[in-house]
Amino acid sequence: MSKQVKVALIGNPNTGKTSVFNALTGLNQKVGNYPGITVDKKEGICKLSRGVKAYILDLPGTYSLNASSVDENVVIELLLNKNNKDFPDVAVVVSDVENLKRNLLLFTQIKDLKIPSILVINMSDLMSRKGISLNIPILEQKLYTKVALLSTRKNTGIENLKTLIENYKSLPKSQCLDVTSIDSDYFERLKKAFPNQALYKLWLVITQDVNFRSIARNELDFTNFQTKTEPELKRLQQKEAIKRYQFINGILNETQIIDRSKAKDLRSKLDRILTHKIWGYFIFFTILLAIFQVIYDWATIPMDLIDNTFASLANWIKNTYPNGGKITDLLAEGIVSGIGGVVIFIPQIAFLFLFISILEESGYMSRVVFLMDKIMRRFGISGKSVVPLISGTACAIPAVMATRNIENWKERLITILVTPFMTCSARLPVYLIIIALVIPNGDFIGISFQALTLMLLYLIGFGMAIFSAYVLDKVMKVQRKTYFVVEMPSYKLPLLKNVIITVIEKTKTFVLEAGKIILAISIILWAMASYGPGEKFNNAEEIVTAKYNNISDTELEDKIASYQLEHSYVGIVGKTIEPIIKPLGYDWKIGIGLVASFAAREVFVGTLATIYSVGSASENESIETIKIKMSNEQYENGNKVFTFASGISLLLFYAFAMQCMSTLAIVKRETKTWKWPLIQLFGMTTIAYLFAFISFQLLK
Amino acid sequence: MGLTVADLNKGERGVIIDCSSEGIPLKLLEMGCLPGNEVTLLHLAPFSDPMYMNINGSFLAIRKETAKLILIKKIDE
Repeated sequence: MSKQVKVALIGNPNTGKTSVFNALTGLNQKVGNYPGITVDKKEGICKLSRGVKAYILDLPGTYSLNASSVDENVVIELLLNKNNKDFPDVAVVVSDVENLKRNLLLFTQIKDLKIPSILVINMSDLMSRKGISLNIPILEQKLYTKVALLSTRKNTGIENLKTLIENYKSLPKSQCLDVTSIDSDYFERLKKAFPNQALYKLWLVITQDVNFRSIARNELDFTNFQTKTEPELKRLQQKEAIKRYQFINGILNETQIIDRSKAKDLRSKLDRILTHKIWGYFIFFTILLAIFQVIYDWATIPMDLIDNTFASLANWIKNTYPNGGKITDLLAEGIVSGIGGVVIFIPQIAFLFLFISILEESGYMSRVVFLMDKIMRRFGISGKSVVPLISGTACAIPAVMATRNIENWKERLITILVTPFMTCSARLPVYLIIIALVIPNGDFIGISFQALTLMLLYLIGFGMAIFSAYVLDKVMKVQRKTYFVVEMPSYKLPLLKNVIITVIEKTKTFVLEAGKIILAISIILWAMASYGPGEKFNNAEEIVTAKYNNISDTELEDKIASYQLEHSYVGIVGKTIEPIIKPLGYDWKIGIGLVASFAAREVFVGTLATIYSVGSASENESIETIKIKMSNEQYENGNKVFTFASGISLLLFYAFAMQCMSTLAIVKRETKTWKWPLIQLFGMTTIAYLFAFISFQLLK
Repeated sequence: MGLTVADLNKGERGVIIDCSSEGIPLKLLEMGCLPGNEVTLLHLAPFSDPMYMNINGSFLAIRKETAKLILIKKIDE
């Protein structure tokens, strides 16, 4: 039988904890969920010696055991609950050599819970460069622990850490701080009231209420215990921090020598430029522009490739099994196209996370927060929301995933909710064709009206995102006071391994979790467009052939396709919603386009092509032919369908409506509930409807 | 009202005298914002908000409203 060791990886943010996790587990890791909350649970397996495996849980980064966010609370809940199945045999506390003093605060707290702990001092390769030297044997003795000097960059010390983990049973369990020294009377009373409980654990349970929320109290009943007021407890917590720092300073004075003259200071040199009042912004926007350009531009190459591959695969299936009937159709047009619709997002997601993980790893992201905080704050979002919002102009899906880096849940949620207002690239084909149709030629100080309209559409998308963020910030209840303390980590060269693992992990999450939903919905949409009830759909061929006799085969095919779509389930939905969309200036054909757009907005153009019986024309031709068709489209009374009024109304509808099932699927994944995607669906679509309605009624 | 971190100019240093105000998050205290520790103001965003500083060896950015609550004594160079 193989032996198992349960390991919890704990540490301050920016200590390279994830690098340690990656170094121990490699790709042997998976991301799961903690029940009921939105925090990802990262687990991995590490082989120690023969037959011994370590199950490693990468806990969210935290500065102490006093939680102030859902993420941090995960750490405390686990460490206070011995009955939790993940309760660690050994805690591996990751610190970084430059911030040892501050990192040790958390370490001493964990020690005081009597959990066997190993202290990892990461980035030890920087010691000489920073002029730091440490006396490890004394440090181990004073902290009652074993120290592993590690460098994930140079890949040293990992084996030693594995050995320490395997021999966790020999770790001393002594505590670092005598908690009773914080307030002896109070802790005496506590001891009397709960004689069987560990004092420090009790203290953490009591103070959690002050800072965050009540944690599961298990068997503890505080009703008969006279505790203290919140300000009093907070004062005691401050006293605890002071006591811990006294303890830590005492140890570090004996064991650590820092020779500042030897330290090479990259930080101050880079910060002088990167946080500069003018250059800082200039550089940031240049970086944003570059990222935007890459996901917008470079990604199209693999995306076209994916598009073509799946199209040929679908064709191949149709040609190879021509007699498969409905099964061939389902396979080729439903499933293969559906999978293609998921895979198509991978290049954009991979590119965006390549950049984001580089920005995060290098330490630059914190500078962005510093620069943007004042501006974004008034809209209830943080400096970190800037990157997702701007990436939303390429595609909302990677953008929503990118909000993961925003620690504050409310800010993150607001960013997720407003990001789909940004003009994504799927809206572009729709915008282009309608602009070409209804916006007159001519120019305003040298810029054509059409280009101006397109620019205005980008601006109103951004404006609506910011405005809704402002409204949501005012409307949403705050569970607790938010505060702003951002660590400015030192600059580091990103580790390739970490970047790659991030990209793989994000892509995997998208494909496996959101992909399922996208595939399911696209099959439903496909079925709705390919099947219809009754005679008219099933006998479309005969009916159309009987109606037109003097037309070519392609024309006939187009007419049949159009007739079928009209009488399919999607067609029926399009016709059913006609009374609702009539006040916006749309007919049932546009209605069908709107319904079909749910698969992806750009489908609108293709759907209209089918409806107007130009489906078989080649791509370039079809844009032109469909434009002509659309501009000639008339109501029975001879009025044109696409006028300036209905065109503007349609543009505004596409600007604001939530029409993208893939975005809904990823929002469901990121918020772990259908509540928020449904709010987006109804909220955004209502806004879109109102704007389209008002504009059409005013302009017609 | 005494001198606070918000009164520091870029590059100036101070020693924390008091940070017991209700408005100071515990997280800041735990990061080393405690009486007796040293603060150096490093950089300022436009309108002096947020403020980027070194507190007790930790590099942090905090908002001006929080900085105003940390009482200090200036260290003259």
